[in-house]
Amino acid sequence: MKDYIIEAKAVKKTLGSGAGQVRALRGVDLSLRRGELTLLMGPSGSGKTTLLLILGCMLAPNSGQVIVCGRSTADADKEGLAKIRRDHIGFVFQSYHLFPTLTAAQNVQLALDIRGERRRKAAEKSRQALKMVGLQQKIDALPHALSGGEQQRVAIARAIVANPSAVLADEPTGALDGSNGRTIMNILASIAHERGSAVLVVTHDPRVLPFADRIVHIEDGRLVDQPSDGPERLRMPKAAAFGT
Amino acid sequence: MSLTLTLASRNLLHDRLRFIATLVGIVFSVVLVMIQMGLFLGFGHMVSTMIDHASTDLWVVPKGAKCFEDPSLLDLKLRDRVAATNGVATVIPLVIGFSDWRLDSGEMTPVFMVGVDLRDGGLRPWNVVEGNAQALSQHDTVAVDRSYFERLGVTGIGSTAEIRGRRVKVVAITDGIRSFTTTPYIFVDLKNARTYTGTPPDRANNLLVRLNNGADREKVLQAVRAQVGNAEVLTTDEFRSRSRSFWLFGTGAGAALFAGALLGVIVGTVIVAQTLYSSTKDHLNEFATLRAMGSSNGYIYKVIIYQALLNAVIGFCIATGIGALVVEITAKSALPIVITPWLIAALAVLTVVMCVASAIGAIVRVVRIAPATVFMR
Repeated sequence: MKDYIIEAKAVKKTLGSGAGQVRALRGVDLSLRRGELTLLMGPSGSGKTTLLLILGCMLAPNSGQVIVCGRSTADADKEGLAKIRRDHIGFVFQSYHLFPTLTAAQNVQLALDIRGERRRKAAEKSRQALKMVGLQQKIDALPHALSGGEQQRVAIARAIVANPSAVLADEPTGALDGSNGRTIMNILASIAHERGSAVLVVTHDPRVLPFADRIVHIEDGRLVDQPSDGPERLRMPKAAAFGT
Repeated sequence: MSLTLTLASRNLLHDRLRFIATLVGIVFSVVLVMIQMGLFLGFGHMVSTMIDHASTDLWVVPKGAKCFEDPSLLDLKLRDRVAATNGVATVIPLVIGFSDWRLDSGEMTPVFMVGVDLRDGGLRPWNVVEGNAQALSQHDTVAVDRSYFERLGVTGIGSTAEIRGRRVKVVAITDGIRSFTTTPYIFVDLKNARTYTGTPPDRANNLLVRLNNGADREKVLQAVRAQVGNAEVLTTDEFRSRSRSFWLFGTGAGAALFAGALLGVIVGTVIVAQTLYSSTKDHLNEFATLRAMGSSNGYIYKVIIYQALLNAVIGFCIATGIGALVVEITAKSALPIVITPWLIAALAVLTVVMCVASAIGAIVRVVRIAPATVFMR
């Protein structure tokens, strides 16, 4: 029980109103464990992103419960949810969402700055995080001077620099080629296995399957048993996952 | 530099054209307010210039006199009563009034006579650059300011003209004693002033009261007040304030200047608010990212307010430079613009308040950002 970083219990969420109302989640139970890389897969409109937003405390469920590091989020207001995100969760976005006017190091440092970390210490931690993702040579580069893969690595460094308990990644390889995709997944796997964070990767990129410790499928707002091709993919060597 | 300040400055410089437009708006606004308030102060100084340069502690003025130029008269018998009051050293009658100045060419122009007994001092011409103020004790002699030479048909010492049918000679020339109206001041001896203004010998417009060294001003003031009956006794500060209040607010001139300043503030606020809002809108995705990362609203407000403050500081510095130039250019004009350290400090505060207030629209916009939007983009 203590290894659960984020738990969703009987979570339901309806989006929109009137005729456009959609039941995005229809009672989801999911737990993210420390040191485990979980893949959340499903077709478009299945509810993956809604579940990610709820697990990431950006959206409140209509019913059910979300527990982050043993604390229920039910009573938290917007600022309270922001604090939970700040204290426990790192995010990696498909479109990176780096600040175009800040250098790679400053982008990473921002995650510490919002936590009120002292500048010198934050700068040192940022350098370490960039080193971990192999970008120690690019700390002063602006995002536009970096490749897509490098930008995503900066985004990962930003997500992990504060040593969060959980890292939630939304389609992190979606815009990357095979080589960069593999690098990113290796980094995310090491964050789970070496740093002990709970890592959730939302994707419909089958190339990432070999990196998963666990695969969760969602369809029509419900978690379902994994499709039949899952085990074959899991047996595929990681090196071959994104082609050679 | 803190990261929030870095982010704020980069956000501003990201769109240089918009940044320049913002600065132009702030500079326009601050310079407009500075000039209006500088005119207000300059006008205030000009309307009280005679009071400021009078060597006196108290003024005895006709009841209800609104300003230095008030033509009402006092009975000179008051002079002896005031002079007999304990603590009073000297009482100096002052005669003022409008008269006509006839140039040698035959043209007429109105002038404002200022006459005191030069032996007593009280209100001598100052900044005398040619001739001698003592020479005014001679009959039919005058002191004029060099800025009115053309108007008065004067070329220098020894020039002549006619006042009320009497030939007068210029014996002293001053520099920078300008009237806030178009009517030049002419300094003369008390007797000549009576002649030129038609003031009876037993009347004066004001009495200038000097106190003995070490006299208790408040006590003497009360004692003099008890002596003057229907007249009023004012300290120099009170008379200055009353005079300024009459000309600045009684005439509506001050209100017009304040209205101009207010317009400047409104224009500046609208321009800064508009550009700050549009800058924030352009960076909405970044603010949403910050929010998604867990930043507090306060952190985001700080970035926006830093942007506003940077606008304010840079805009204010440029505006102050322009203001200094305007002060220099208008120094010798009919209405010099006066910018005091207090005005600069007040404008600095006003600029900051204006820019920070302008950030409210942007902040309201940011507050509405849902962090989840960052996953939709």
